[in-house]
Amino acid sequence: MGQLAAFIILSVVTLVSAVVVVASQNIVRSALSLIPTLLGIAGVYILLQAEYVAGIQVLIYAGAITVLILFVIMLTEHGTGARFRQVNEQVLPGTIAVAVLAALLMAVFFGTAWPRAAGTLPQYTATSIGTTFLTSAILVFIVTSFVLLVALMGAIVIARRER
Amino acid sequence: MTLGLTHFLVLSTLLFCLGLFAMLTRRNAVAILMGVELMLNAANINLVAFNKYVAPGALNGQVFALVVITLAACEAGVGLALVMSAYRNLETVHVDEINVMKW
Amino acid sequence: MRELAWLIPVLPLVACALIFAFGPRLPGRGAYVAIAGIGLAALLSIGIFVEGLGGAKAHELNVRWVPYGQTALDLGLRVDNLTTVMLLVVTIVGSMIFVYSVGYMHDDPRFSRFFAYLSLFAASMLLLVLANNLLFLYAGWELVGLCSYLLIGFYFEKPSAARASMKAFVTTRVGDLFMFLGILLVFFTLGTFRFEEIFAKVHAGALEGMMVGGLPLLTVVAVLLFGGAIGKSAQVPLHTWLPDAMEGPTPVSALIHAATMVAAGVYMVARTYLLFFESPGHGALTVVAWIGAVTALMAATIAVVQDDIKRVLAYSTISQLGYMMLGLGMLGYAAGMFHLMTHAFFKALLFLGAGSVIHAMHTNDIKAMGGLARAMPSTYWTFLIGTLALAGVPPFAGFWSKDEILLEAFHHHRGLYAMALAAAFLTAFYMFRVIFYTFAGTTRSHHAHPHESPAVMTRPLWVLAVFSAGIGLVGAPFLGNPFHHYLHFEGLKAPAFSWGVALAGVGASGAGIAAAAAVYHWKVVPSGALRRAAGPLFTLVAHKYYFDELYAAAVVRPTLAVARALRTFDVYVIDLIVNLFGFAGLGLARLYRVFDLYVVDGAVNLLGWIAQTAGGVLRYVQTGRAQNYLLAIALGVIVLLAAGLFR
Repeated sequence: MGQLAAFIILSVVTLVSAVVVVASQNIVRSALSLIPTLLGIAGVYILLQAEYVAGIQVLIYAGAITVLILFVIMLTEHGTGARFRQVNEQVLPGTIAVAVLAALLMAVFFGTAWPRAAGTLPQYTATSIGTTFLTSAILVFIVTSFVLLVALMGAIVIARRER
Repeated sequence: MTLGLTHFLVLSTLLFCLGLFAMLTRRNAVAILMGVELMLNAANINLVAFNKYVAPGALNGQVFALVVITLAACEAGVGLALVMSAYRNLETVHVDEINVMKW
Repeated sequence: MRELAWLIPVLPLVACALIFAFGPRLPGRGAYVAIAGIGLAALLSIGIFVEGLGGAKAHELNVRWVPYGQTALDLGLRVDNLTTVMLLVVTIVGSMIFVYSVGYMHDDPRFSRFFAYLSLFAASMLLLVLANNLLFLYAGWELVGLCSYLLIGFYFEKPSAARASMKAFVTTRVGDLFMFLGILLVFFTLGTFRFEEIFAKVHAGALEGMMVGGLPLLTVVAVLLFGGAIGKSAQVPLHTWLPDAMEGPTPVSALIHAATMVAAGVYMVARTYLLFFESPGHGALTVVAWIGAVTALMAATIAVVQDDIKRVLAYSTISQLGYMMLGLGMLGYAAGMFHLMTHAFFKALLFLGAGSVIHAMHTNDIKAMGGLARAMPSTYWTFLIGTLALAGVPPFAGFWSKDEILLEAFHHHRGLYAMALAAAFLTAFYMFRVIFYTFAGTTRSHHAHPHESPAVMTRPLWVLAVFSAGIGLVGAPFLGNPFHHYLHFEGLKAPAFSWGVALAGVGASGAGIAAAAAVYHWKVVPSGALRRAAGPLFTLVAHKYYFDELYAAAVVRPTLAVARALRTFDVYVIDLIVNLFGFAGLGLARLYRVFDLYVVDGAVNLLGWIAQTAGGVLRYVQTGRAQNYLLAIALGVIVLLAAGLFR
């Protein structure tokens, strides 16, 4: 029961702030409410026994990416951007499409009998994740590192002020 | 009613649809990027939830979630760099005004 | 040195290619290149000859060309004593004539091309001489024929020159056909083209007893080969092309139609002499001798009545070639070749002298000349030396070679000897007729201002004059006849020198000179009276024994008639059929055009219109806004999902 209560609280925090992210006229407010959303999701991860992923979520998402987004907003919109119309003319068709999609996805999720494989998650996952990355997922690890490097350089090249 | 897989799937579906809605309707490129982040997070919740409820024998779901987070960071970096570049060259970050691809 | 023999024909060939490629931009507008080519070839030839004097062995350079089965076609050169003599003649006389041509052709617009042709001719002739097999020889043989054609027709704007070149080509081709048959016969019976192998097999009796149409095969082969020589060396009855060939520039007449190419026939007979010699009962040699004797006498008689200086010399050439053939036919292998050599020098000299005269007078008619001895001393004296050499006055070159032939004839056949002696008399007569008409007395043409030719022309004359005067000594009996020692045929021994024959020959020449002087200088008997006295004989000779008329009636006119008939057939039948097809095709094409315009084009245009219209409508879908596209994607996902759910 405790878990369910925690899940409901976390879900409400996450979804409400996510709605603010999506719907706010003020772009700065959107960016800032991204932080409770991401923190809520981190809480969900903890509920799912993924404390290491939760830590990374807080560090990278709630910390780095949000700050990056705020910086870009400051550089481009000269402030909140409230002067501009923030949504385009697709609001109505978009809403309908999203609603239908949500209904369909839910139908799929509810209509599926999910199997369950044997085994239990370890008590602390950080060690196991590290081992997995350096053994069976080594290729994924290396390729991801390489993509990260390339993205780093690409971002620098693209954002550099041209002469 | 105990906490089960379906709860998490519902949460992720709603988050995903909110992110998609942002992508479909927001004019500001940065807001669209935020929508993308939401969708990626929804997917991550799914990965971790399935790891716990469907295949708890290994940690592949969490590992994959970490990879997605890394790639999300990449995406955010490159995407925001693109926004900067577009703003500098086209004087706008509103994607419906960026239509040089149009015939 | 003999290993370098292949360079001899290559040098003029390179010169020819250079002149064709760069033409007037070369030094001396190409002339110097040509002279360098032939001059170097001459130096090489002299070197090879000197080596031959030292007793060098015959050298063969053989390259297997097309091997098939047991046998093969070879490309190769052969340098032996016969070759070296011919090389000397061709290259030395050739060099002199090349140099002379610089002066003679000086104002010609096609000056460079002339030297290119000359070089090509020299290369072909040297190839012919150096060939070690019949095939190669035949190739050179045809190439010199081609050059002859090109050079006779050098002034191709003149219809007579164009016609003469064609006549020369076609007439010699008749002989070449026989020669080709002979070559094929040799190859099919002996399986080789190489002289050495042919001779070895024939000598071993490979063809003995074989008969073709009742005649011994060997005789047939030899006579067929001789057919080529008849054409090339202008023997009766294929001699008619040579006088007409005088339409070409005079150096060409000297080089090709006096000194070298026409002698190729004689050379070919000498080269394949073994075939003639081995033919049963010397049958082939008898043919050669009779043809030669008849040619010598007949051409000499015609030469007497010619007024064109070059035509006199042309008939004289035919006559002398007949002499050579007579010599070869009378077992005088060395005698024939000796006469070939001396004749090349003095006849080239005479032609070049005649060219010098023509250069000065701008006419060929000896009756329009006269008194040139004072105006052109160099030409006069050299021409006189050539004439004396040709007439057979000792110690000039012609005497020694002619005497040898007369000696051979005297020993083997008295009738032929008499004909040769008569020809010798006539030779002296017509040559001094030319001398008296041209150089003695006073000028009969009033608008000519004769002058001596430039040094570039007179110097070759003097060089050739020296040769004409002195070259005969190499065959002088009192010197031991070194020519015989150098060049002789195995198993043939020259008859001993006879004072009687020699005196008879000199007597005939002297009588000819005296008769010419009596008629044309002292005018004891006026030439007109002589002409009337001869009556029908004169008419016969003046019409050249009606050979041209005979050929016109027997060959040319029937050919033309057939051609005309065929032309009519062509015009009315074949053209009609072709035109019918053409009209049918045209009609069909018109139909197709209508079909094309309205059906094919219509279909194509319709497709184009559809594509354009559809594109015009669909382009509104392309908004260029990514979010519209994303919405479409979302809708697509929804559709897919729904389709998966409510399947």
